Amino acid sequence: MKSDNKQRVKGEALLEIRGLKIEGNSDGVWHPIVKGVDLTLKRGEVLGLIGESGAGKSTIGLAAMGFARPGCRIAGGTIMFDGIDLRAVSEDEKRKLWGARIAYVAQSAAASFNPAHKLIDQTVETAVRDGLMPRDKAVADAVDLYGRLQLPNPQSIGGRYPHQVSGGQLQRAMTAMAMSCRPDLIIFDEPTTALDVTTQVEVLAAMRNIVEEFHTAAIYITHDLAVVAQMADRIMVLRHGLEVEEAPTREMLKEPKKDYTKTLWAVRKLAKEESISDDVTLSVRNVDASYSGVVKVLDNVTVSLPRGRTVAVVGESGSGKSTLARAITGLLPPTKGEILFNGKPLPRALKDRDKDTLRRIQMIYQSADTSLNPKQTIRDIIGRPLEFYHGIKGAARDRKVAELLDSIELDESYIDRLPTELSGGQKQRISIARALAAEPDIIICDEVTSALDQIVQEEILTLLMKLQKDTNVSYLFITHDIATVRAISDEIVVMHRGKVVQQGPKTQVLNPPFPAYTELLLSSVPQMDPDWLTNLLAERARAKVKA
Amino acid sequence: MHPVLKTVLQRLGLGLLTLFVVSVMIFASLEMLPGGFAEAILGQGATPETVAAFNHQLGLDRPAALRYFEWIGNVLHGDFGYSYAGAGGSIKKSVSAIIAPRLYNTFFLAIMTAIFAVPLALFLGIMAALHRNSLFDRAVNAATLTTIATPEFFIAYLLMFFFAIQLKWFPSLSTVSEGTSLLEHIYRAALPSITLTLVIVAHMMRMTRAALINLLASPYMEMARLKGVSQRDAIIHHALPNAWAPIATVIAFNLAYLVVGVVVVEVVFVYPGIGQLMVDSVSSRNMPVVQACALIFAATYILLNLSADIVSIVTNPRLLHPK
Repeated sequence: MKSDNKQRVKGEALLEIRGLKIEGNSDGVWHPIVKGVDLTLKRGEVLGLIGESGAGKSTIGLAAMGFARPGCRIAGGTIMFDGIDLRAVSEDEKRKLWGARIAYVAQSAAASFNPAHKLIDQTVETAVRDGLMPRDKAVADAVDLYGRLQLPNPQSIGGRYPHQVSGGQLQRAMTAMAMSCRPDLIIFDEPTTALDVTTQVEVLAAMRNIVEEFHTAAIYITHDLAVVAQMADRIMVLRHGLEVEEAPTREMLKEPKKDYTKTLWAVRKLAKEESISDDVTLSVRNVDASYSGVVKVLDNVTVSLPRGRTVAVVGESGSGKSTLARAITGLLPPTKGEILFNGKPLPRALKDRDKDTLRRIQMIYQSADTSLNPKQTIRDIIGRPLEFYHGIKGAARDRKVAELLDSIELDESYIDRLPTELSGGQKQRISIARALAAEPDIIICDEVTSALDQIVQEEILTLLMKLQKDTNVSYLFITHDIATVRAISDEIVVMHRGKVVQQGPKTQVLNPPFPAYTELLLSSVPQMDPDWLTNLLAERARAKVKA
Repeated sequence: MHPVLKTVLQRLGLGLLTLFVVSVMIFASLEMLPGGFAEAILGQGATPETVAAFNHQLGLDRPAALRYFEWIGNVLHGDFGYSYAGAGGSIKKSVSAIIAPRLYNTFFLAIMTAIFAVPLALFLGIMAALHRNSLFDRAVNAATLTTIATPEFFIAYLLMFFFAIQLKWFPSLSTVSEGTSLLEHIYRAALPSITLTLVIVAHMMRMTRAALINLLASPYMEMARLKGVSQRDAIIHHALPNAWAPIATVIAFNLAYLVVGVVVVEVVFVYPGIGQLMVDSVSSRNMPVVQACALIFAATYILLNLSADIVSIVTNPRLLHPK
């Protein structure tokens, strides 16, 4: 495995974007998304584009192909790709470049592969269509690429349909598809964002190696600074459609110049002092749960939640962490074991629980967009639990809603707004207020910050901690993000394939000695160090040799 | 057993169950019709005694449940019973013998129309999706909406006026008999077939267009574009394979209509199909014929919907190639 991505030879300029302006259409009005960005990419160079959602990074990535999504238009500037003016040439000319000389790797491989065709047919489509290779040669080459990208069974995996392989494998197959014509430039648009950390490591390594091997230039788009640090030679930080700053990766990581760039680091520094308590409010004992009745999604799970503390439940997708929440709330009655709440057994099913028990356990979901009724005003959303659980009505209810809005740091004037008029962070605040309105003992937070930008995440986490101090509520905080765990938890539960690998105080779980899975999980979390991936892979290779 | 085969067999079993339920409903609802064959045939002057005697001769004085099981038992053996008409005389005519030529004519017209209308609808739908919001798209939409919104008898008379009376290309009456040759049959059935085509194309074409356009926003269609796939190839190779399920459902629905819903067109062109036979049999309370027709209609619906289900399954790789 070749290592340092910083020492590659760069060629002449391949892509030059000057004064790029892109506009988006909403309700018939064109408003700016990208407001004049310059970008130069040399042959064989990897440029990282980083920024929060709405920064315009994906839009710029697509514009580098001369493409604008429906509802968007490139309004100004020049895009020169290897001497070709992509704004001036016809759609047909661009089509000849796409796939052949400029390729695109999308965020969700699962959605971006056509479900109706085999992987191999999609991989070789461009090469065969453009007559670059006869089909049998293209297939042989694809098999070779599958092998280089370390897909299992490269000979036969192409014969499978997209739904038959895992997300990480699909993302590698998509990279093979992009590579099939040996393009000069690949646009990676958040290619690992939808993957678990343990899978992400392998995919990042595979993508980095192949780009290096074929000396392909790439634009790597992500919101994760630690990921881009592994992949890019240079990093450009974007905000609100403008460049904030640009520098070689190491320089940027060592000393970011702009305040905004520094704030992108901020969440990593947020950390709560761990505090241990023996006063258990909720105790899950030897619980099994299953959706089908055959496969156990929870297998003998034992977890306890102390009063006024935060227990973080971490694990990959499919580890059973959200199912644990469903078992506790009674949405999915456990098939075995018991759950004690304040010392008394909790009825298994939701319908058997009385109103007071329901009130005491509240839930906040990942997507505030789908968990808030878009047709209800904030008054109704927060007022509903006040009426339902406490019988507070009319003016008293409105006063209480205003108090709750104050506690989540939103102005009273929001009371008559609809959720659609709020930002993602504000909507999540409303979800928190709705849960608080019931005055619960426990709030189960299911990936509540996962859909938010870093800075907003920090605000929400800080708010949750403040509210815990004020109300002594307990949080069961489900997440896949270790940085969030570090920030908020007192205790940590590590789950893997339906089983609890480990539960203990934060400092104990996050420090050695680790059980094998915890070690794998923690070591897979990307670090700000640009050598992190290289070192990790070397270390794992050594460990493998030893074993 | 392959899961697809299992699903198909399951659906087939469900279809048979549905058919059984439908047979009960047909029988029960016909029992509830006021008046009977005797009253219809004997007219207003019939005395209660003659009606009773007539009913006794036909076996209609026995309990309904008994008659139902007798009927359904015979149907299971392929015997649809005898027509009431002429039952009293020496020549008993079996329902099968009455229905068979009519059913042949109906299927002839339906298949002839389908062969023409389905490819036409698919073609127009794909073209409209490809050139959406263009003049062509709007013209096709407007034209097909007009033909579906116009009563079919009116379309029939318009066609008859232009093609039979003015231009004299086709006969205005579509009378066919057992001796009619194939080509002659096609020639005579042309106008009813065109009428039906105009009626069913809109629905199928619009569903094809909508199903395709619905997929255009999906990430894999954007991916296809960014791989340099042309618009046309993207729609035909990337969108269409994923759009068959809804299209097949609508096609099945319209083909069923060609068998069971064409009585108006048959009457206008005096085409001897099964729809006309059924209407005549209802008004004369000739129950064995009505029951047989209704059962055939139900079976047609069930079989066509089953075919649509099968298309949905075999065009869905998730079902055809499980993990």
